[in-house]
Amino acid sequence: MESGFGPRIIWDSGVTVPGLDFLGTFKVTETVLVTWIIMLVLVVFSIMATKKLEKVPGKLQMVLEILVGAINNLTKQTMGEDKMAFAPYMGTLLIFLAVSNILGLFAIRPPTADLNTTLGLALITFVLIHVNGTKRKGVGGYLKGFAEPVFFMLPINLISEIATPISLGFRLFGNIIGGFIIMSLVYNALGGLSGMLFGPSALPIFQTGLPAVLHVYFDLFAGILQSFIFTMLTMVYISMAMD
Amino acid sequence: MEQITGRALILAASAIGAGLAMIAGIGPGIGQGYAAGKGAEGVGRQPEAQGDILRTMLLGAAVAETTGIYALVIALVLLFANPLLNLL
Repeated sequence: MESGFGPRIIWDSGVTVPGLDFLGTFKVTETVLVTWIIMLVLVVFSIMATKKLEKVPGKLQMVLEILVGAINNLTKQTMGEDKMAFAPYMGTLLIFLAVSNILGLFAIRPPTADLNTTLGLALITFVLIHVNGTKRKGVGGYLKGFAEPVFFMLPINLISEIATPISLGFRLFGNIIGGFIIMSLVYNALGGLSGMLFGPSALPIFQTGLPAVLHVYFDLFAGILQSFIFTMLTMVYISMAMD
Repeated sequence: MEQITGRALILAASAIGAGLAMIAGIGPGIGQGYAAGKGAEGVGRQPEAQGDILRTMLLGAAVAETTGIYALVIALVLLFANPLLNLL
């Protein structure tokens, strides 16, 4: 990789897995660090916010109740009454993705701008689809579902099953990295423009103002929309495999 | 005349290829426009079902977008992580 748009490597342990030397050393990238920080913040916030629950809710508890109610309602509408056990996972997924996509606003590289994160989440969805489908229909019944409506559709169905996590992961990754690259191009161009007009040492004054509009679109709108879509598609795929 | 190195040739061809790959952006544009138009029609006919229509439309638009995202990823790979350069 020459210029590269991958995440920065923060710490290189220099340790390799014995027998798997070709994979290189263990590295801690920006993605891993930011993901752990998000996880920490979300866990601490959840514990603190639900410590003192009262019958007459305060402001914070009111907001949280609306959020939980909305997620429960969404799960009920999309997956059906009998699959409400998935609501906590879907809520976690939605909140984690929304927080990580919005991080671009604070000039932090979003963890979802790394294929490892998105493909990992998509693989969780893949496992959930097939494990729950098998649980609901039994091994034989589930496997028979691949050979429908006629037997020679089997390879096509298998390919479409494998394409599911790939398209899910690449959709989120492509959207976020596309916005991220456009934002950095715009920032570079505006910095170059102010350097040309006021000399190379001047403050990059054009970098204020205009990027804010693009941030609202690429980070806020696209970020929240993509996290919603990822969650919705996960729900739809799982309930399709189970029904 | 200056010699063209193999590396320069690959980089130039990759840049053209990345541009050509993004022609795929036409497809999602048409598809999402179609979805949005039908969604607007649906809301016009049945304004009380706006929430359901919006959700279904966004889901369909996201699925229609997939091919465009594949093209974007291919273009990014050609520009930033070119696998062809290692073959030299």
